Amino acid sequence: MSAEWTQSGAEILLRALKDQGVEVIFGYPGGAVLPIYDALFQQNAIRHILVRHEQAAVHAAEGYARSTGKVGVVLVTSGPGATNAVTGLVDALMDSIPLVCLTGQVPTHLIGNDAFQEADTTGITRPATKHNYLVKRGEDLARVVHEAFYVARSGRPGPVVVDLPKDIVINKAPYAEPAVQHASYRPRTEPDLGQIAKAVALMKQAKRPMIYAGGGVINAGPAASDALTRLARMTGFPVTNTLMGLGCYPASDPQFLGMLGMHGTYEANLAMHGCDMLLAVGARFDDRVTGRLNAFSPDSRKIHIDIDGSSINKNVPVEVPIIADAGKALAALVAAWQASDAPSDKPALASWWRQIDTWRGKDSLKFTQNMARGGIIKPQYAIQRLFEITRARSKDVFITTEVGQHQMWAAQHFHFDKPNRWMTSGGLGTMGYGLPAAMGVQIAYPDACVIDIAGEASILMNIQEMGTLAQYRLPVKVFILNNQYMGMVRQWQELLHGSRYSETYSAALPDFVKLADSFHATGMRAQSVDELDAVINAMLDCPTAVIADIAVDQAENCFPMIPSGAAHNEMLLGPEHEESGAGITDAGMALV
Amino acid sequence: MPALPMQAWRWSDRCCLLPILTRQGMTPPRPDHTFPRTLVYPMLSPTDTTPRSATISVLVDNESGVLARVIGLFSGRGYNIDSLTVAPVDAAGLHSRINVVTSGTSMVIEQIKAQLDRLVPVHRVADLTMDGPHVARELALIKVIGTGERRVEAMRIADTFRAHVVDTTLGSFVFELTGATDKIDAFIELMRDLGLAEVSRSGIAALARGSRVI
Repeated sequence: MSAEWTQSGAEILLRALKDQGVEVIFGYPGGAVLPIYDALFQQNAIRHILVRHEQAAVHAAEGYARSTGKVGVVLVTSGPGATNAVTGLVDALMDSIPLVCLTGQVPTHLIGNDAFQEADTTGITRPATKHNYLVKRGEDLARVVHEAFYVARSGRPGPVVVDLPKDIVINKAPYAEPAVQHASYRPRTEPDLGQIAKAVALMKQAKRPMIYAGGGVINAGPAASDALTRLARMTGFPVTNTLMGLGCYPASDPQFLGMLGMHGTYEANLAMHGCDMLLAVGARFDDRVTGRLNAFSPDSRKIHIDIDGSSINKNVPVEVPIIADAGKALAALVAAWQASDAPSDKPALASWWRQIDTWRGKDSLKFTQNMARGGIIKPQYAIQRLFEITRARSKDVFITTEVGQHQMWAAQHFHFDKPNRWMTSGGLGTMGYGLPAAMGVQIAYPDACVIDIAGEASILMNIQEMGTLAQYRLPVKVFILNNQYMGMVRQWQELLHGSRYSETYSAALPDFVKLADSFHATGMRAQSVDELDAVINAMLDCPTAVIADIAVDQAENCFPMIPSGAAHNEMLLGPEHEESGAGITDAGMALV
Repeated sequence: MPALPMQAWRWSDRCCLLPILTRQGMTPPRPDHTFPRTLVYPMLSPTDTTPRSATISVLVDNESGVLARVIGLFSGRGYNIDSLTVAPVDAAGLHSRINVVTSGTSMVIEQIKAQLDRLVPVHRVADLTMDGPHVARELALIKVIGTGERRVEAMRIADTFRAHVVDTTLGSFVFELTGATDKIDAFIELMRDLGLAEVSRSGIAALARGSRVI
């Protein structure tokens, strides 16, 4: 008797969440959501994780969603609760993470009245979400919640806000089962087989092919990663990943050229520039990837698989667009490649690989670590050792990051063979993302090793979440590469602004060891290279949450680098290399 | 059951005539759905930098906030809006039609259409300018204040343009004029010397010609 008005709106809400398979909610209570918290208190099916700031609730849900493939759920109160969540929502929108964010709202009769803790949540979050709802009638409540989950996970995933006025969750409401079909939103997921055939024809003719795979492959599920790997092995084509795509193709595979883009490898970027056929899958030709658009992969015929039609031809015109789920399109490509009798140009491919290997020989990520006792730790070396030691322990490892130099070094030097193991804020570049995201991952995988690779500046943006780690005994490891600078900004100031380090020194830093202690976690510190391995091992052995403060070289810059406004073949290589690319123009300086 | 010739019907007739036809044992002709919905695979030339004008019609769920969503998309992504109309278009008031006149290069217009198409409450997006001939009409109310010869001349020109007088005093007229945008522009231009005081325009409503529907 689901249509009967016997349960309160809050109970209906929780019932709908349960029917959507929700197991955990990240949230923070407040006046407008008190009835929902009261209903939560009286049930056991859904677990609530109390964060210390609403932004962190959203990032935690992002970490949970990205590592599991499920929809992350957030519950915050009206007004400041909702506005605090906005950064996380935009982050999830930019990186296509499926979330449902439930926000409290003042009662319907007070909406528009400037009531206490009132904010125009649907107005504020309209450009911050994939879609949002204000529930004005009890009879709409269950349907809207089901619809929110459908919208969040269908097509290109994204965050959905459901704004819940207090009277709606207090008053009785009827229940409705999850709807079968949405009236207007039915994204296309099956590829057009005519386009697949065209794509295979282009791939067969290719002399210098390249596969450029992004976060869409991860969003399409592990089967999409398998299909990508099969396609690459079958064709012998080289593969590069975007920052968001790391893990969708095994990094240990010889056909993997590493990450591309602004801080991508020399071989990946030059192969992008020099290829004659580019297959883009679940990637959106972001400015951090393309460099100067008019010099981006100038000689290639392009195939673009994306579930979002608006990503096609947005920045780069492509010859064969395929609007489809990445997994389904890749599976169709595998089948069509196998079925096609047309020969592929094997000698040309072999000579292309010889060219790529000479680029690889440059070893663009190389660095020199002084191994003498007391030697200053290179940040790259710290990540390399973290990778090697965790791999040797063969436990499932999940990495999150904050934003900045440490994020790029982690992307370059930590290698992922499986999808869903790498959580980072790509599109929005949100400092403070990593710790709450790690929290969300650890909730999803209580026994896994979850490490937040952080910088000393970023970590302070959501450091309050150490309290959440303590409350739920989450053994997240925070691995801080501490160079006492907002390193990436400092690097740009060095390269572009005459080394005038305006406001980028991390002055008055806390003592991270004592800070860990005060949050009931374990603090450790490595000051020099001889202490590093012991600290990493101690961190991984520690049953509690850990902050490992790794003092790293303050002067180190993140290379290779394509400066803003430069092309892929105009990379700056690091001090380890003699020659360097064209460098920085005035026009490039004006770009971000 | 006798089927009526297609040309005799327009889609807008269908809703109101359906009960009558059913009573008479007739079936209304099916509208022509061969109209290209959205250009899923548009052919674009990257070198095409000439801006064009586009009349885009969007069929949306008639829910609160939907217009803000569409307008926000245009302002947030820096697209132009030259004209905008919106009103419910079915008997139950469930769907609204938004007509937007915008301008940009082919790549920008395709991007606008793709961005509109991925909004959750959007049912259909049609580029009336690209998809074939269409009619676009606008309604304007034009207040002209004057006496003597200028008043007579204003009336004379209004006759030529088939404008209706919907309000009059001894010293003023309000003309109602319907037509293509350039016709209304021309009328307003002529009224400028004859005491033009105030203009209120509806923005364009547009439909594809023939039996095609979006």
